[in-house]
Parts: sequence; structure tokens; C-alpha cells
Amino acid sequence: MVLGFNWLVSCKPAAENVVEVPKEWFNINAFVKIGDTGLVTIMSPNPEIGQNVKTAMPMVVAEELDVDWQNVVVEQAPLDTDLYTRQVAGGSQSIRRGWQGLRMAGATGRRMLLEAAAKQWQVPIEELTTDKGVIYHKSSGKSVNYGEIANSAAQIEVPENIELKDPKDFKIIGKPTKNVDGPKIIKGEPLFGLDIQREGMLISTIIHPPAFGMKIKSFDASEALKVNGVKDVFRVDTAPEEKEWSDINAFPELIAIVADNTWQAMKGKEAVKVEWETVTPGESSEDHENALEKAILSSADEPARKDGDPETAFKNAAKVIEKIYSAPFLPHNTMEPMNFFAHVTADKAELVGPIQTPESMRKSISSLLKMPLDKITVDMTRMGGGFGRRLYGNFGLEAAAISKKMNAPIKLVYSRADDMTQGTYRPAYKITYRAALDENNNLTAFHVRGAGIHGGPVFANRFPAGTVDNYLAENINVESNISTGAWRAPRSNFVAGAEQSFLDEVAEAAGKDPIEMRLALFERAIQNPIGDNNDYDPERYAGVLKLVKEKAGWGKEMPGVSRGVAAYYCHNSYVAQVIDVIEENGKPKIKKVWCAADCGIVINPEGAKNQIEGGIIDGIGHAMYSAVTFTDGKADQENFDRYRLIRLREAPMEIETFFVDNGIDPTGLGEPSLPPVMGALANALYKATSKRLYSQPFAQKDIVMG
Amino acid sequence: MASFTLKVNGKQHQVDVDPDTPILWVLRDNIGLVGTKYGCGIAQCGSCTVHLNGNAVRACVIPVSGVGDAEITTIEGLSPKAEHAVQQAWIEHDVSQCGYCQAGQMMSAAALLSQNPNPTDKDIDNAMNGNICRCGTYIRIKDAIKTAAKNLS
Repeated sequence: MVLGFNWLVSCKPAAENVVEVPKEWFNINAFVKIGDTGLVTIMSPNPEIGQNVKTAMPMVVAEELDVDWQNVVVEQAPLDTDLYTRQVAGGSQSIRRGWQGLRMAGATGRRMLLEAAAKQWQVPIEELTTDKGVIYHKSSGKSVNYGEIANSAAQIEVPENIELKDPKDFKIIGKPTKNVDGPKIIKGEPLFGLDIQREGMLISTIIHPPAFGMKIKSFDASEALKVNGVKDVFRVDTAPEEKEWSDINAFPELIAIVADNTWQAMKGKEAVKVEWETVTPGESSEDHENALEKAILSSADEPARKDGDPETAFKNAAKVIEKIYSAPFLPHNTMEPMNFFAHVTADKAELVGPIQTPESMRKSISSLLKMPLDKITVDMTRMGGGFGRRLYGNFGLEAAAISKKMNAPIKLVYSRADDMTQGTYRPAYKITYRAALDENNNLTAFHVRGAGIHGGPVFANRFPAGTVDNYLAENINVESNISTGAWRAPRSNFVAGAEQSFLDEVAEAAGKDPIEMRLALFERAIQNPIGDNNDYDPERYAGVLKLVKEKAGWGKEMPGVSRGVAAYYCHNSYVAQVIDVIEENGKPKIKKVWCAADCGIVINPEGAKNQIEGGIIDGIGHAMYSAVTFTDGKADQENFDRYRLIRLREAPMEIETFFVDNGIDPTGLGEPSLPPVMGALANALYKATSKRLYSQPFAQKDIVMG
Repeated sequence: MASFTLKVNGKQHQVDVDPDTPILWVLRDNIGLVGTKYGCGIAQCGSCTVHLNGNAVRACVIPVSGVGDAEITTIEGLSPKAEHAVQQAWIEHDVSQCGYCQAGQMMSAAALLSQNPNPTDKDIDNAMNGNICRCGTYIRIKDAIKTAAKNLS
């Protein structure tokens, strides 16, 4: 049996008083369709990777349109650069960058409906009001459902100069709202790229080189071709002529194995014999360690930022604290391995699957296939995780190239090992911090020098820049043949933990409370900042620290509880956390994480809390347990038997989240809770064990958790 | 290739597949039940968890030739209208982020509750240890299992 896969399939929310399914739909604009019964379809423009924009973005449209959320059906929009802008899941920017446009889409739709009603009733538009999808004319007592007027509204010219709602009148924004795909997820409905089934579709697996620095020399497919169901085995080059930024790929040349079904394609793959050749030398983790060490012992050609005279300040210091922190390469390990559907024919290409950057993928495929953009469609499925991996759509290009060769619809399926050893990793990093204190324990100089594979991790203009008279930031690049890419909260995912651990040591050396010390620095940046390009708002930064301090009751005696604190700003949002560690059976255990976040207006508190919790658990897990290491260019971990991701029993027992309520335009939440938690964790574990943690993953050698 | 008759979600399905094909791929590719997910292929992540005669097992490592008469239950067959206490609790706690691992999580949770209607925190930790969620929804998973247990009692 073959199941049809319709990514546009609609789902009526399961609630009472829901209107009937319409017979006819009217397009109001690119985001809004209204059915004759009043049911409203709202298109969610951006890719959904689990960050829940598929719920939050339509909520913003629904708010301004002024409809009842339970009569809203959400659909994933296709890639359409004429209708939508920035259809990207990345940088926690969907809500921030989408905010104004989404509001306008809803408000414009409402205005068109009002104009249509005003025309029909021959009354001034100013006398009309709306509520939950109904237009009212108070003085005449008339009312009309959006569905009844939608046909006329669709004929109205799109208005300009639209007034948006006053945030105090928001009814949908700010209300905890459940994931719109939740009802489908709990039934196991086909939602993901890997779930695609099409008539006549073949399955392809791939073989990429077993080590970085290698490429295919020759291969023998004779045994593979004897495997039941295997149709073909061939070499395929997937490098586009013109590269987009997203075309990072260490292994553009692959062997494809195409079969009738997935298991046959996997068995066929095992039977292929490949001879490899070394192009560049295979690197081992020790090489990376040495190269990064050497880098941070040197200095950058140009400082990324220099304020005052750090050299003299360090010379004159009463006390200097200096520490080095490091972290390994990390694969993304989305639970859904890379995959993509492609059907390439002579004159068009249809691509469907999990991709965070569909627009870039289409351009790359256009270059690869030498086919005009308008002959290529890219549709987005729900994604079984993104975390940055699906910004780099090599798998889509591979699917397209394989489909072209087979002249058939194919679904490319990576095994977990293919996925984990493909690269595009979070880079390995090393960073050194130095702080100078005067005799009164005031911070007089601060120096950070970071090195990373394919780029240093330091954000030169972030805190503590702006709070110290003498400041030096340096970034050093270390080359490697291992490919790296964005991984949830790029660079921040390492720097925050290191910096916030270091500040804890500085506070200890200065004999200061770690929160009070940070607040004093922020006060300096508020009153009299150093430099004029500090890329954070010290008041909002201090705000989250004050909020978490108050909520967690920081400073009060808590017998048996060891506490650590951290705060960080990234992706335009501010997060502060306190972690409580207790002892269980003689081992430390994370009892609770207190989290304060400032992301401006919170669209969906339910989804926002879930993101915060997820980032915290993800951050703790990777700091504690995860690493990929290399021997002669080959990843030592290929699957979850040797690669550790955090498991349920290792998660904090509780997370409590508090949002700053300030009415500022919203910013992102998919990433900001992850970076600081690595620091809060190290600081709490120090209190619990008297051991400072410098090298991730902490649990590999330094600590055993309860 | 060989012919096998499988009992899946109360229905008989005849499939013609290689005997070593894991039931994960028979369910997904041959029967069209794609709710059961592929995550690792070596029984380490739990994404493919189904019930075999009511016990939670990893479908990615059980060959179709080893199933015999056993009853297979997948997420699609956990309840006729998604009204199983675990499914309802998953909605109530808005557990899912990306959602990919959640079918496996729910199948592990449902098997736990059918065998232990009143699990302690420790019982939940143990029963769910084989299911990975990279999004980090573990606290909600745990809360949802407790709610489901309450609603079942």
C-alpha cells in the first residue's frame, strides 16, 4: 500500500463550536484565506523545525485579523519569494523579522473585510467594529461573519496605511496556545520528510568518504547489484557550479545506491566495495587540540576590539586571573536524519523535505541541474529538528542529482552514521580569559582570546565590552579539513559558558557576589559605557539578572543546595539562569533551573516556555555529555551507542521560567536559553564539588552526575 | 523475498519482503504506517518504539521473520481516535517541539503505564531511558506521564 503524502493537508482544530468546513475559499492575501463558513486558513511562511513558529507566526496574523483562534487552520506555505520574505529558520529571527509583516497581513485583511461591509451596508467604515471574526455595526444592530463577506472583501483593493492594534488590546498574542500540529503528532500522521511516500518512488542511500580528507578512488558494485531490489549504484557529483553560503559540504562526491525500498537500499550500501584516496591528511583530535592551544598562545594579527591600555592595566594589576576553556566538535543529531524527496524530469524539478533554507536550496539546485529557478519547486515538510544542520541543504542537491540520474522520483535517506559523520559540525573551540583586579578588587582590565576551527568564537562588542576601561578581544582562525557550520546559537553556544564560568571565578577572587558583581558592571555600562558600539542593552541585561535573583531567592541559605548563576545576550534576547544542584546518592543532581528571559512581547507563552526548557536541557546535555572526536580524519562516534545525548533521567527535575513584561517588539527564543546554561551549570557544580570545569563535555572526565 | 502475515493494530497485513527486513521498514515502506520513526537503526534512540504483545520494543532491530503471531501495535493503533490517556496528556502538556521522537516516547510511556499504572519518578526514569529527545522535552514528557497515570486510575 502506498500512502499519499499531502504536505498541505489541513486539520480542523479539535474544539467545540468550531465552524463547518467551507465549500468555497476566498484569498484575501498571501497569508489569509477565508472560507464561506468563516473558517480561516493562515499560511505559516517559515520552516518549522520544532521552534513552534508554525503556531506563533499565524497567531500574530490572527490577532490583527481579529478572528477566533479555534476557527483558524494553519498551513505551511510553500517557498514563494514573490509572496513571502525571508523563509528561513535560523538565528532565532522568524518572529523578530516577521513581526511587522505578519501584523500587516492580518490588519490589511481585516481592513478589506471592513471596507466590504461598509460598502454593503452603506455606512462609514469608522462605525464598524470586529470581534472574533464578526463585523458589527452597533447603531443599526447589523452584523456579518467574515465568511459571508469574504468574497466581496477579496475584490477590494489592498489598502495602505493600516493602523495596527494597540498591544494592550491583544487577545491571541500572549495567550498560551498549543502546538497546531500537536493533534497530528500524537497520532503519528505523516508530517516529516522521511514520511514522504509517492507512487513509483525509489529509495536512495549514499556512501560518503569515511574520513575527512578522503575521496572516492574507485568502487565495485557487483555484489550490491545482486541485493534484492537494488536498481543501480553510481557515483554522483553534487557540487553546484555557483555556490550559495549554505553549500558547505566536505563530501560533494558520493556513491548512490538506489533500491525499491529503504532496507534494500541500506543492504545494498553495505555490499558496495569502495577504494578511497587521501586528498588532504586525516586529522585527529590531538591535532585539533594542539592547533587550538597554539592559537590561543599566539595573538591575533588585529584585535577584534581594543579599549584603553590593557597591557599596562594587566602590568599594574593587584591580581590577575587567567583561565582556559575548551569544547569539542558537535554534530547536530537532529532525531530525523537528513533526507529529501526529489523528482527531476527534463523540464522541471520538484523537491520536498526538511530544509531550513529553501530559497538557497532552490538556487543551488538551479545551478547544479542547470535549470531555471522557476522550473524548480521546494516545499517544506515539518522537520524532525534543525539546530542549524538543515541550513546546509547538501542532501537536497544529492536527492536532485540522484533523481535526475534515475529519471524517477526518489527519496534520499541518510543512516544515522551518514548523518553523524557528514560534518558541518559545531566547531571545536578553545578560549583564554584574563581579568585584572586592582587592590580594591575592581575589574580594571579584561582580555579574551578565542580560537576555533574555521573562525574564532569571540563576539568583540558583547558584554563585558563596554563595562571595563581596558579591554582586548581577539579571534583566531584555525584551519581544518573538517567542515563546520552553524549549530544552535553559533559561537554563543561555547562563549557564554566559558565567559560566565570565568566571571564566577573573577567574582570569587574579588570576594564579590557573582550577581552583584555583574550588576555593578551593567551599572557602569548604563551610566558611563566604554565605547559606542556595544551590541547589548545593559538595562535589559541587568533586568533578567534582577528578575532571576528575585524569583530564585538568590542569597538566602538553602541547606543541601549548591547554586550557580549565568546570564547571556544573544539573538536579540536576554536570558539569566540560576541552577540548583543537590546531592543524590553521593553524586550531584540538577534539582531546578530558574530562568528569566527578556524577548520582548511573548507571542505564545506555552511555546516560549517549551523553547526555554528545551534550550536549557539541550545545553546541559551537550556541555555534560556530548562530543565527537577524530582519529585520522574519521569520526570516532557514529551512532548513539558511542555518542551521548542527554536522557530523561539526566534532565533537571524542574525548570521555572519568568518573562520580562516590557511591551518591546518580540525577539527570538529558539536559541537564547541554551548558551548561558552551560555556565550556570559549571558554576553550580563548582559549588557542589569544589571543582572548576574547563573542558566540555564535563562528564567525560571531570564529574559523575547522579 | 518471502511472504509474512503480520498482525498490526488489529488488522492482518500480508507483506512480501526479505526475511531480515526490520519491522520498522515493513511498517513504514510496505504497510504505509509512517508514525513509527527511524532514528538510529541500532536500538539506541527509541524513535521506532512499538508494542509487541504489549511490550515496548525497538522496531529497527527486530526482523520481520522473528515476529510470528505476535501482535504489533504502532502509534497509529494506540487508540482509535487518539484518546489514549498518554496521547491526551501529551496534548495537555503541549509536549512536542519538533515532534519526531514523540511517537516512540508515547509508545514507551503507554507500555510503562499498562504494566505499572502508578510509576514512581524512578520507574519513569528507567522506562524512558531508551528514548532520546534532542529538543529537550523531557520534563514535559515526565509530567505528561504522571498526568496520564492519574487519568488512568
